[in-house]
Amino acid sequence: MRLPLLLLSTLLTVLSCNPCNHGALAQGLELILPEGFKAFDTPNDSGETISLTWKVSPSESTDIDYIIYLSPSTDGPWQEAVRFRSDTHYKSDAPELFGFRKKLRNSHFLRIEPRRYFPGKENKKAVYYFKLAMARGEEVVPQGEVVSARAKGNWFDLSKLNNLIIMVSFSGIVLFFIAHARRFPHLFVRRISGLDAVDEALGRATEMGRPALFVHGLTGMGSISTMAAVNILGRIARKVAEYDTILKVVNNDPIVLSVSQEVVKESYLEAGRPDAYNQDNVVLVASEQFPYVVAVGGIMTRERTAANFFVGFFYAESLILAETGAATGAIQVAATDSYTQLPFFITTCDYTLMGEELYAASAYLSREPMLLGSLRAQDLGKAIIILVLFFGTILASFGIEFITQVFRAF
Amino acid sequence: MRKDRDFWILVGTLALFGAVNISFFLVGRLQVNWEDFGIVLAAGITLTMYSFLYKDNPAFKIAENMYVGVALGYTVIITWFNALKPDLYDPLLVPLFTWERTPEYLLFAPMVLGVFMLMRLSTRLAWLSRWPFAFVVGLGAGITIPNYIHTFVLKQIEPSLRPVFSGGETVYMSINTLLILLGVISVLIYFFFSTEHKGPIGVVSKIGIWFLMVSFGASFGYTVMGRMSLLIGRTMFLLKDWLGVVQ
Repeated sequence: MRLPLLLLSTLLTVLSCNPCNHGALAQGLELILPEGFKAFDTPNDSGETISLTWKVSPSESTDIDYIIYLSPSTDGPWQEAVRFRSDTHYKSDAPELFGFRKKLRNSHFLRIEPRRYFPGKENKKAVYYFKLAMARGEEVVPQGEVVSARAKGNWFDLSKLNNLIIMVSFSGIVLFFIAHARRFPHLFVRRISGLDAVDEALGRATEMGRPALFVHGLTGMGSISTMAAVNILGRIARKVAEYDTILKVVNNDPIVLSVSQEVVKESYLEAGRPDAYNQDNVVLVASEQFPYVVAVGGIMTRERTAANFFVGFFYAESLILAETGAATGAIQVAATDSYTQLPFFITTCDYTLMGEELYAASAYLSREPMLLGSLRAQDLGKAIIILVLFFGTILASFGIEFITQVFRAF
Repeated sequence: MRKDRDFWILVGTLALFGAVNISFFLVGRLQVNWEDFGIVLAAGITLTMYSFLYKDNPAFKIAENMYVGVALGYTVIITWFNALKPDLYDPLLVPLFTWERTPEYLLFAPMVLGVFMLMRLSTRLAWLSRWPFAFVVGLGAGITIPNYIHTFVLKQIEPSLRPVFSGGETVYMSINTLLILLGVISVLIYFFFSTEHKGPIGVVSKIGIWFLMVSFGASFGYTVMGRMSLLIGRTMFLLKDWLGVVQ
């Protein structure tokens, strides 16, 4: 007699603990409507969405849905905007708005773009009204409460606060080290072997009486790699002017062209050889990727350039360019932060400056306090990142996710 | 002697190409219409481009200049229809002369900056072009820096900060996490420029180089496979669409 009773009580316990069967038990029972239904302008956005939140209801299960009704006026007409399963869409799904607290799982959250439901009547200042209902199949039970909100654009996206703090702190470190480099101009920078090759290549071009070719990457002046490339170009141009050889510079962007012309001209002036500067040697050869490749390949083959420098951000053209240069027998130096193209430069060029070495190169060559200071600051930044990774991983392994959350990207 | 040989190779290849196409038109393999003419042209340009693998030649030079010219023409059309017309001509210049609607006067600012850029053509007014350049460089840096921090700092740190063990993780997953951590830290140390790579730093940076080379090798193989598929695509075009020897 005791055994069947024990089995029955165990079965009932298992059924009551299983969330999938919870809904089944709820079938036919009255739905308990959620409380705390609120609508508010979504923070940190450009004014497109309204956020809705409400507390979890005990009736929720896989077969129960929530329906959000939307209307441009308090009297309706109401239209069904969204319907979703009641065990989804929690506040915890949006840590950029609500943070990482565990209690967030007790409230639902939905972001809705109301203007999308009224095409042709987009009014940025319109107030929208919302109603919530629970549904089990065809049976719909409205919650009754009507809430309203207006979507407004926000000046600040506070979810990116960590980005701002990193930027401000890092800028502070950079400024400090620039001032430090001005006071102590002989800051140590380790030798970058690829850079020694620049002088070697230019010397070879001079001895052979053939031109050197500087090939820009495909990105515009807004790209950090192009800025670094221009710095290196200035240094190479100065050396070229001193050695009295010819430098040809090719690129595919009109702004980069103009900046390059200015930089090369200035370098020739600094070297005391303004007469040797020829604007026609700094040219835009093509504006599209593969025509650029074909044109640069043609220049390498016909001009028989003795030294090729590929500096900047490259895409699929890297291998074709570097392979053509290698076939002409030129000494080649590449410097790029395009990590997908680095393998091709490594296999086809004599020396390759990888990633950040491109930025370090301009500092190493010029010994300018501004660049040296930035380089030292970057090293400190990397040290901080290493510490964050090391301690963050250890803490995360013990369930302390504070560092992980601070460095979360939104 | 060598030049003569190259000349005859070129003439022979062109004659062979012409003969093949004429015979295709005669036997009806190709029809006299724009589509089939396009196939012949595409096949010719493909072969001309590949001729560079032998050496530079006049046919390649023609194709090269044509390619650059077509690309430039294409860029001009794209710039007009995608940028200048919808963003400047239609909202500012057309209403300014027709008064059908209020012109968007704010667009004068970028237009003037654009005109300043063209001032480079004048020696006397070239200094004006520095304004738009300063604007573009400043704007570029302003947009790039937060995106750079987002993409290359936060987005990279996030997946690296994984728990090595937190219940439910397999041994392999834990080893994987440790390897990622070791790889990231050693590569970062390789890119330290303020210290000489000697002693423990040198050892760790060597490990970093190994990680880099392994990833470069994988990337190289992956991309070469992609290039092979491009070659197969072009070869299939020649064999199927042009020669018709593959169905």
